[in-house]
Amino acid sequence: MDFGRISRRHLLQGGAALTLGAAAGLRPAFAGDTTIGFIYVGSRDDYGYNQAHAQGAAALKKLPGLKVIEEEKVPETDAVEKTIESMINLDGATLLFPTSFGYYNPHMIKMAAKYPKLRFEHCGGLWSEKDPKNAGSYFGYIDEAQYIAGIVAGYTSKSGKLGFVAAKPIPQVLRNINAFTLGAQLANPKATTQVIFTGDWSMPVKEAEATNSLIDQGVDVLTCHVDGPKTMVENAARRGAFVTGYHVNQSPLAPKAYLTGAEWNWEALYPKFVKMLAAGESIPNFYRGGLKEEVVKISPYGEAVSEQARKHADEIKAKFLGDGYTIFKGPLKDNKGNTVITAGTERGQKDPELEKMDYLVEGVIGATS
Amino acid sequence: MADGNIGLWTVPLAVLGGAIRVSTPFLFVSLGECITERSGRINLGLEGTLVMGAMSAYGISYLSGSPWLGVLAAGLTGALLGALHAGICSLPRVNDVAVGISLMLFGTGLAFFLGKPLIEPTAARLPAIDFGWWSDVPQVRAALRINVLFLIGVALAPILFWAFKTTRWGLLIRTAGESADAARAMGHSVLAIRLRATMAGGFLAGIGGSFLSLFYPGSWNEGLSSGQGITAVALVIFARWDPMLCLWASLAFGGAAALGPALQSVGVTSGYHLFNAAPYILTLLIMIITCSPKRTLSGAPAELSITR
Repeated sequence: MDFGRISRRHLLQGGAALTLGAAAGLRPAFAGDTTIGFIYVGSRDDYGYNQAHAQGAAALKKLPGLKVIEEEKVPETDAVEKTIESMINLDGATLLFPTSFGYYNPHMIKMAAKYPKLRFEHCGGLWSEKDPKNAGSYFGYIDEAQYIAGIVAGYTSKSGKLGFVAAKPIPQVLRNINAFTLGAQLANPKATTQVIFTGDWSMPVKEAEATNSLIDQGVDVLTCHVDGPKTMVENAARRGAFVTGYHVNQSPLAPKAYLTGAEWNWEALYPKFVKMLAAGESIPNFYRGGLKEEVVKISPYGEAVSEQARKHADEIKAKFLGDGYTIFKGPLKDNKGNTVITAGTERGQKDPELEKMDYLVEGVIGATS
Repeated sequence: MADGNIGLWTVPLAVLGGAIRVSTPFLFVSLGECITERSGRINLGLEGTLVMGAMSAYGISYLSGSPWLGVLAAGLTGALLGALHAGICSLPRVNDVAVGISLMLFGTGLAFFLGKPLIEPTAARLPAIDFGWWSDVPQVRAALRINVLFLIGVALAPILFWAFKTTRWGLLIRTAGESADAARAMGHSVLAIRLRATMAGGFLAGIGGSFLSLFYPGSWNEGLSSGQGITAVALVIFARWDPMLCLWASLAFGGAAALGPALQSVGVTSGYHLFNAAPYILTLLIMIITCSPKRTLSGAPAELSITR
């Protein structure tokens, strides 16, 4: 073939036409009763954050009269506004779930103001009175599940050293680390949690290195708070350590090493939202819940979990499901020796102070900066 | 020792282990790029090749059950992408740097697209050889579980060094890189030499990718490379296009990548962002120390578009 004859301008034109054609062809119009749009920041089968949401979307697909559309790998930029616009204008979506933290402000807020008749539900944002009424934010108290995973980890660890591979020292992550540690201390008062921050949500090589370093230090049970726990789970299992999972159930990756895990339960929550709308009620703009409200759940115990650990964990779980249980109560010290919650104070799950957490409790080895 | 508590020894051990575990993709990509650049062309697309290699290795290993077939597939995919780069660059008025950048985007995009169904399944992994049998410290044993690809990479560096220096092929590649006119005068096709050099470079980069998905971290996902291909290309420049220096530089980068997590694990927690940035700071420092406004980089092939 003589490439010399094809000018680069022609190639570019051809390429542009192809791209346009592909973009138009990918979004056929259809007429469902209600169309719901899901937007993910990453891949929906990442064994992590996005997969948890995709499982929720899958639960909606099973309901009659609902059409679910999804788009993956949408960056937390203007791109999400374009995706929302096209879901609304081309697919007729009336309920949207932009699931990633960075979509909320300003992108989703802007879209909610522009389309006041449609409903927007965001995971992890902090809805306030200033924001549009057709926007809402929901999130789960997954630290309850981490607390119970901590109990199991505390009983299982022989060295009393637990490891936590974390992405960034933001309140949600610190709350998980602290709850995990406090749970472990119920089982073994001397238990410590060594935390390693990798610096970002998806850094597979760093996560693998962190896992290996922790195990080299004698850590024998690990957990994590990164977008895709697969790397940590597989590498820890290869070294013979135990793990507790995060986001979704990772036990298929390491059936022997997997003890339990803190999972989202979006497949229970999303159908609830849809039912509220179908019944003509509005979804509360600020929606939070834990184990009791079925927003989070705990993976089934693995075979390595002792009878004693199961019993204790189930006992605390029953308290969460019953009258309630407070994880963060005074006297509580951080790992620098400062008192962060004074004796007699109980910070219940809905306490806004907890959403600003900036400390690591006593027993955590690591620093937030 | 018996209780497995080795305290501060974790840090040097982790750096050693990291040098072995993390360096392999750097090593393969930089050796591959070394061959390509010695022939007078820069292939910046190796980041895309690395990711494509990782994806195809994982896919083939999953489908066939044989990780070695996966490694081969990764190499062939890499060679194909190399041929594409060389093919486009043989057209007149085409800039190899620009083509490289577009192929980098093409390679990663294609890998993400084709790799979609591969994120969940678990593929057969490459085996490791246990070189730590002499030690009863589990940490040492873990650090010394070495993959064959690493050993091949380490062996490849002196072989390439020798080949560039003494073999006919090495001489041809260097001639094409130093003076295209001289190569032409000798009756050789510069384009054909560069095509083969770029394909060989792509082949090695693809294999580097297979190490990522089949050994360490050992599964396919979209954040797998996080820029290692690009770092490796930069590494060639400060390794002065010398395969032996590529080897040392790769080891240093691998060790530096392990430094951040290792220091945090022994309780050095302040400034972990700084330690995580260690590989990049290292690059910058070496660049600053070795650069001079008065001369071009020593060892740079004269035909390279960045030095010309």
